[in-house]
Amino acid sequence: MDDLYKEYILDHYRQPRNFGHLDAPTAVAEDLNPLCGDRIRFELLVDDGKVTDIRFSGQGCAISQASASMLTENLKGMSLEDVARLPKEAVLENVGIGISPARIKCATLGLKVAKSAALGEIARWPDEEPSENGRSK
Amino acid sequence: MLAELDVRAAQLALDFPILAQPTSLGKRLAFLDSAASSQKPRSVIDALVHYYEHDNANIHRGVYELAERATAAFEAAREKVARFVNAAEPAEIIWTRNTTEGINLVSYTWGLQHLGPGDAIVTSQLEHHSNLVPWQLLAAKTGAELRFIEVDADGCYLLGDLEAKLRGAKLVALSHVSNTLGTIAPLEVLIPAAHAAGAVVLIDGAQSAPHFPVDVRALDVDFFAASGHKMCGPTGIGFLYGKRKLLESMPPFLTGGDMIRTVAYEDTTFNEIPWKFEAGTSNIADAVGLGAAVDYLDSVGMEWIAEHERALTAYALERLAAFEGRGLVIYGPKDRAQRSGVISFNFADIHAHDLATILDTEGVCIRAGHHCTMPLMEKMGWPATARASFYLYNTERDVDQLVTALEKAAKVFRLP
Repeated sequence: MDDLYKEYILDHYRQPRNFGHLDAPTAVAEDLNPLCGDRIRFELLVDDGKVTDIRFSGQGCAISQASASMLTENLKGMSLEDVARLPKEAVLENVGIGISPARIKCATLGLKVAKSAALGEIARWPDEEPSENGRSK
Repeated sequence: MLAELDVRAAQLALDFPILAQPTSLGKRLAFLDSAASSQKPRSVIDALVHYYEHDNANIHRGVYELAERATAAFEAAREKVARFVNAAEPAEIIWTRNTTEGINLVSYTWGLQHLGPGDAIVTSQLEHHSNLVPWQLLAAKTGAELRFIEVDADGCYLLGDLEAKLRGAKLVALSHVSNTLGTIAPLEVLIPAAHAAGAVVLIDGAQSAPHFPVDVRALDVDFFAASGHKMCGPTGIGFLYGKRKLLESMPPFLTGGDMIRTVAYEDTTFNEIPWKFEAGTSNIADAVGLGAAVDYLDSVGMEWIAEHERALTAYALERLAAFEGRGLVIYGPKDRAQRSGVISFNFADIHAHDLATILDTEGVCIRAGHHCTMPLMEKMGWPATARASFYLYNTERDVDQLVTALEKAAKVFRLP
């Protein structure tokens, strides 16, 4: 159990990083895990196809909230395409070993929401060849 | 007194093979989630095996010995359930898959037949989704109004405006016992008031039939639905009790084989009750298994089960109260006479799911989440709760194991 609820997990649960809202987010997504009621919202500020600022909000178990908090730290500076392509392992590594199958959905909820925000924003981009500012379809 | 109850419960636990099984971490199993589904005694498991090994055939039509034995076992189980809830006759017991199906049966038959604009369906703020969603849909289909009897912050019924709530009510649908808070509904007040208002009463008995004696005639309830798997029976079988006059007046629910008397290409006449409501081949084996479960519960004694659970719940509430200074909050009625063997709680800032995960490593099985009562959780402002629930096989040792596991959770979460 100490494997799962490591000191840094509890730290992120009790003092979540980048928690709150952005004044004018470029992309927003939220979702819930109906099994346990965990709820997470991600707000991204995007400039030049890259995440320049990020906030998350929501409520839920230590695993879902700490995982989302740690993810916000990973996403800053990342391109939306890279966010959209992030594998589950990215957050499972953050959380560490000891996640049971029943709790994987908790650990990956934040990632699911972040990817959904990124994909939503990419879908709104004009249908054009990659431009000089780095954006692509 | 408590010691005697506890000794017998420990003996009864030996009837349940699964409880002797340690967890993968080698911990003794403390199964505290019977409100979700109970464990099964050896006699029920044996009845299922015996049915398949000795009596299995389709019922009601075969003329050979096996089919006659299967039919007899199936109908004998119905008689046992009828006796168990004190129905006037076995024909008033309809086999269903579970409580949910029983409630939906009433909604799609009696409900669609009788409700219209200007009518009201009255339920409570405590209901499980299974006794809420069918009525939302029925109200939307018929133009009837859906009203809620309110509960206070402890989940106790507020009856001050009952008369107004019941005005124009055609159907009153309530849970006998709340699966989230353990509140026992004051049916002795609610049912006569509903009848006086001209309403038909349906009781969701999923959390009552397994735990204390239920007498549908003494309650004067019109419909009563319950699930076999919560009362030591198999999954996939439940029953709906209905008064004969009502059942006879209702159209069929599902249609097809077995529920007919005659069929021509143009039209059909329906079978008598209860078979009118049992289209297709029934869940014969599990009905027989539920009959065995009822035999088991009768042999233990429903009065004894109720007394044991009251005593064990009181013991658990005392042990949990010792954590209140460290942030443990217990929900539900304060008056112990108003609550059954269900305890919902939260422990400091440990989310219920994290708590359940940690308790699991100590062999303690509890439920965590919204317990299929999302509107109630929203009303109370609880994102989730942990829930321990008791049954005839639980003992003080299970509660002590829960307490030890809570100490571990406090340590893992570095609580002061």
